Formats: sequence, C-alpha cells, structure tokens
Amino acid sequence: MSEPLLSVRDLRVSFTMDEGLVRAVDGTSFDVLPGQVLGVVGESGCGKSVTMRAVLQLVEKPGRITSGSIRFRRRDSTESIDLARLAPRGAEMRDIRGAEIALIPQEPMAAFSPVHTVGDQIIEAILLHGHRWQEKGRKLTRAEARDITIGLFRDVGISMPEQRVDAYSWQLSGGLRQRAMIAMALSCKPRLLIADEPTTAIDVTTQAQVLALLRDLQARYNTAIIFITHDLGVIAQMASYVVVMYLGRVMEEGPVDEIFHAPKHPYTKALLRSIPSLYGQTRVALPVISGALPHPFNRPPGCPFHPRCPDAMPRCSAAVPSLQPVGPTQLASCFLHHDIAEPS
Amino acid sequence: MSDALLEVRGLQKFFPITHGFFQRVVGHVRAVDGVDFTLKEGETLGLVGESGCGKTTASRCILRAIDPTGGKILYRTKAGKMVDLATLSQGELLPLRAEIQMIFQDPFGSLNPRMTLLDNVGEPLLVNGMKNRRERADRVAELLRLVGLRPEFMHRFPHAFSGGQRQRIGIARALATNPRLVVADEPVSALDVSIQAQVLNLLLELQARFKLTFLFVAHDLSVVRHISDRIAVMYVGQLVELAPTGEIFRQPQHPYTAALMRAVPAADPRVRTADGILGGEVPSPAAPPSGCYFHPRCRHATERCRTEAPALREVAPGHFSRCHFAGEMKF
Repeated sequence: MSEPLLSVRDLRVSFTMDEGLVRAVDGTSFDVLPGQVLGVVGESGCGKSVTMRAVLQLVEKPGRITSGSIRFRRRDSTESIDLARLAPRGAEMRDIRGAEIALIPQEPMAAFSPVHTVGDQIIEAILLHGHRWQEKGRKLTRAEARDITIGLFRDVGISMPEQRVDAYSWQLSGGLRQRAMIAMALSCKPRLLIADEPTTAIDVTTQAQVLALLRDLQARYNTAIIFITHDLGVIAQMASYVVVMYLGRVMEEGPVDEIFHAPKHPYTKALLRSIPSLYGQTRVALPVISGALPHPFNRPPGCPFHPRCPDAMPRCSAAVPSLQPVGPTQLASCFLHHDIAEPS
Repeated sequence: MSDALLEVRGLQKFFPITHGFFQRVVGHVRAVDGVDFTLKEGETLGLVGESGCGKTTASRCILRAIDPTGGKILYRTKAGKMVDLATLSQGELLPLRAEIQMIFQDPFGSLNPRMTLLDNVGEPLLVNGMKNRRERADRVAELLRLVGLRPEFMHRFPHAFSGGQRQRIGIARALATNPRLVVADEPVSALDVSIQAQVLNLLLELQARFKLTFLFVAHDLSVVRHISDRIAVMYVGQLVELAPTGEIFRQPQHPYTAALMRAVPAADPRVRTADGILGGEVPSPAAPPSGCYFHPRCRHATERCRTEAPALREVAPGHFSRCHFAGEMKF
C-alpha cells in the first residue's frame, strides 16, 4: 500500500461560544491515499465541513484546533509535515492552500466575487502560485495566465471559453459557475481536492454533468479528492472509500462496497435504510432513525449515537468506543463489534 | 370525472419583463404555460422538475397566492359545488382558504419568530373565527400531539426547535383548519436524511387518517416516487408527462423524464449511473426554443420536433405525454 497523502489523527476542533463549548470535531482520524476519492458522509452538524476547513487551516474564530495532527506530504518531499502546527496565515500554509490542497465550496454563487470577472479571479490564483506552471524562476505574465485559464475552461467543458473568461459570476448559470469553480480549484494542479457538497445547490441533470466531469478529471490528473456530501447516492457513485461521520466522530469507514452492502455500525445501517430508493416499495412507512440530532451544546456522554441507537447497551452511555478494525478493510467505533474504549 | 377534487386546465402564468424608466413591457417570462392535471380526492400527485421549471409558480397559482394569467382551476368545494379558483374574487375565495392549505419548504423562514407555537399554529384558527383563546389552545394542543410534538411546547418560540420539529409545526399549522387539499412545496428538501424519513412517514400517516389530498412539489425523484400515487413532470413551464408512479418509472414516455431518472445517482456502488447524461442547459422561459421545448437537448429529436410543438396527449390509459414519439419509442 502506498503512503497516505493526508493523514488526520485524533483531530479536535472546538468553538468557544457564550453558551458553552461546542466540540464540532471530536477525535476524527482518517487517511487519504494519492489519487483516491474519499467520500465523507454525514448529516448537518456532524463536523464534516469543519474537519475540511481545519485541513486548510481556515477554521474561523471562535473555532480552534485543540489537538490532533494533520500530516500532509508535500510535493517533491518524502517527509510529511503537520498542517495543524503551521500558522494559518504563514507563508508555508498560504503556499499549500490553493496550490497543493484546493477547495470546491458548496455555493459557487457566494464563492466568486461579483465585482470581478471569473477569469480575473482565476488568473489571480495562477499568478500567486505561478511557479507551478513555470520550470524556472521566471515570472508568469498576465497574458500567459489568461491563456492557461482559457485552457482550463475548455478542460472543464465550458463552451466559448474566450468569452466566458470575461463574464461575471452572476452572468453564468449554476452549472457553468460550478464548472468555473472547478477550473479555479484545478488551476494550480493540486494533489488534493476538497469538494464540499459541490453539487448540493444544483439540479439533478446538471449534477450528473458535474459528477461526470469530476470523475473524468480525477482519472486524467490522478488528483486525490475528498468528497463531502450528505447524499448517499452521490457517495455511492463517486467514492472508492467512505468515512461516515456523526457528531464530530467517525462512526465507520471502509471501501464503498462494504459500507453499502455490509455496514457494521448501527448508524450507517439506519442511514441506508431511511433513504427512499428508486426501486423500493412506495407509500409505506420508511424505517426511521428515532429522535433528533442533539443540540451541539448538549452532546450525549459516551457514544454520540447511543440515544438514537436501536442496539444501545448500558456501556454505550458510559464510554466512547474507539475506531477499530472490524474486518479486513473496515473500521467501526461501536461496542457491538469490539470493546476498546477511547482513553478517558 | 366525478371524484375530481381539483381540475387544472391550461394553466398559464406570465411575468412581464419591463425595461426603462416607464417600465415598458418588452417581453414575458412564461413561467407556467400549459399545465393540465386532475387531482382525485385522497390521492397524492407529485409535481417534479428542475429549478425554474414553474412547479412552485403553478402551485402558488392554485392557492391563488398569485393570480394566474390564463386557464381554469376547477375546485370542488365541501358543499359539492365546482368553482373556478382562477376567477373568484378575494372575497369569494375567503371561505375556501380554510380548505386549501400549504406546507412550506423552509422551516426557518415560514414561522414567525416572535410568536409562540400557540400563536403560530393558532393564527389560521383565529382568522377563521375561533376567537376564544382557551378553545384555540385546546385545538393547538391536539394538533401538536398529532404531529408528534408535546403539547407543553406551545408556549415556546420557534427558535427552540430543530429543523425537523419546525417542519412538524408547519404541518400542524396547515392542518389547523381541517383542510381537504394540502399543497406541500418541497416539504422535506431542507431536512437531514434521517429527519426526512420521519416527516415523510408523518405525511403518509396524516393523509390516511384525514383523507387529505396532497399536491407534493419536489425535485427529489426518490422522495416523490415514495410518496406519490401519480407523478407530473414539468419542463420550462409545461407539463411534459403525467402518469401513475409505477408506470412512469417503468416506462417513461417522454425523453426528459427518462433523462431525469437516469441522472439520479443510485445509492448503490454496484449500480453505475453514468450513461446517457443529459447535455446542455434548461432554456430560459423568457425565450423558449421553437417546437418542442426539449428538442435542443433531446437525442431523439427530428425535424418535426424543431418546428411543431407537441400537445399533451394520452398515450396509454391515464398516461399523458407531450412528445411526438410517445408510445412509438422507448426512451
């Protein structure tokens, strides 16, 4: 097995609010291998977006990475560095952000500035990280950056790229805007792409186009992608390895086929059962996960899922199960499958 | 049909595009241009389509939240009389308002944050003449129990509740006046997956209990398939296909419906849904293409599709399609 590109270990991010401490990410660990598409799935408040912001050191105040490591292997380097130790505004982090780890945000309308053309915004990113495109120290000219941008637009399937470069984001349709966003994310040839719900805000036929594009680009450039979504269908179609999160912790992870066809954790099982399928029986009661997501100030003790779990045991409310192997390739944090608790 | 509760015929809603200082009308956005369907008492009709296809506009016309430009909206009142909602005056509509209610998409925007649940859910009772506060409180308690919330909650404000609970409150409010027709506009799309199933189950349960008729507007095909008896598909303001749920999924008779179904990613990694992706984009309803609105994106399009606009016709009993080749071709 190859060395992981990104290795997150026991990451904790908390937000200090007037009402108390919100532990948004509470001991998350996972690896991303080079060229892998990792799917991260979870409901709102499970910490999936905050985890990814932590990787990019973009956690906003009053949020703070309290512990854990985020080891990333930079290009042309065999040693990995711990991103959690870097200064968020320091030169090294700024060099990595955008150039080696890029983000496709959820809402492309909000991500582009409305007063600059989309082309200018991408050209700016290319000029900032210009050495990615130049072998020697020579500076990239604006005209060259513009040509690169037009080429990128063509790559992501934007028709009439020469004209669209000079368009403002509000002149583009949702699908085109998301394509332009992908072009921007790819502009510095990143090794890791974080796609945070990239298709949630767009229609289903456009979503199919964007997913096909991402799959195609991934195959062409062998970029590793972390694909965050709450849509299990998108995960099934895109990811090769899946991480299931709930209230800031990883409940289960494994290859996509095992997660969908042999889930081990009760939360994964319940989540899969509760979605209406395109093939199942209609107009019958769906199996549900009882109860509601707990309020962030009110985290249950022990396993975060135990108040809603059909298989909860007395031990589940007393100790936090750790993420342990439960098969040759699968890991789960559940006392049904092992009895190793997190050290308290 | 005698058991029809609602009959929509040739519904149209155009919004003017104005230009310049004098607000000269330079064109129209044909948001809804040709929607026909019948809703039987006690059934659920799913109205699907992508954003901008006019499904919300059509549902708002039925509620007369906006006035339609043309067409008929025939509604059979509790007294058994057929009335045309499209032409009634506001005064004549007033007694019917209690019978037709709405569930909104956004559980955060649709409740007044300064009103307690008692006032939020009790508002429709108050405007419909239930002046006694004690009586209203009793009814609100009953409604909250019905949607799975504790009656003690009625003195709290909406901010104390989660998205799923707020959606339940919205449903309680819609049911307050014992409606017969409920228009639900994307009622579960703002909810988390695990909460979505709870709300869908609640809607099914309430429908069975009170013999409600639902017009269920949504974009998520798997949700619509789960809850609907029949499904209507809209594209650029037009109804392009209408059929019973099982049939439309087994044998879609319009290429757009077929493409829409193929685009839904299957929640199973062993099923690959990559082939037959629909290219291009949804045309603007201000300048729709000639002939069939779908022809620029349709892989079966012929010369006839470019010039001649197809009409909605019945291709099999209860199965309507707006395609020249429906019934002859497999999509």
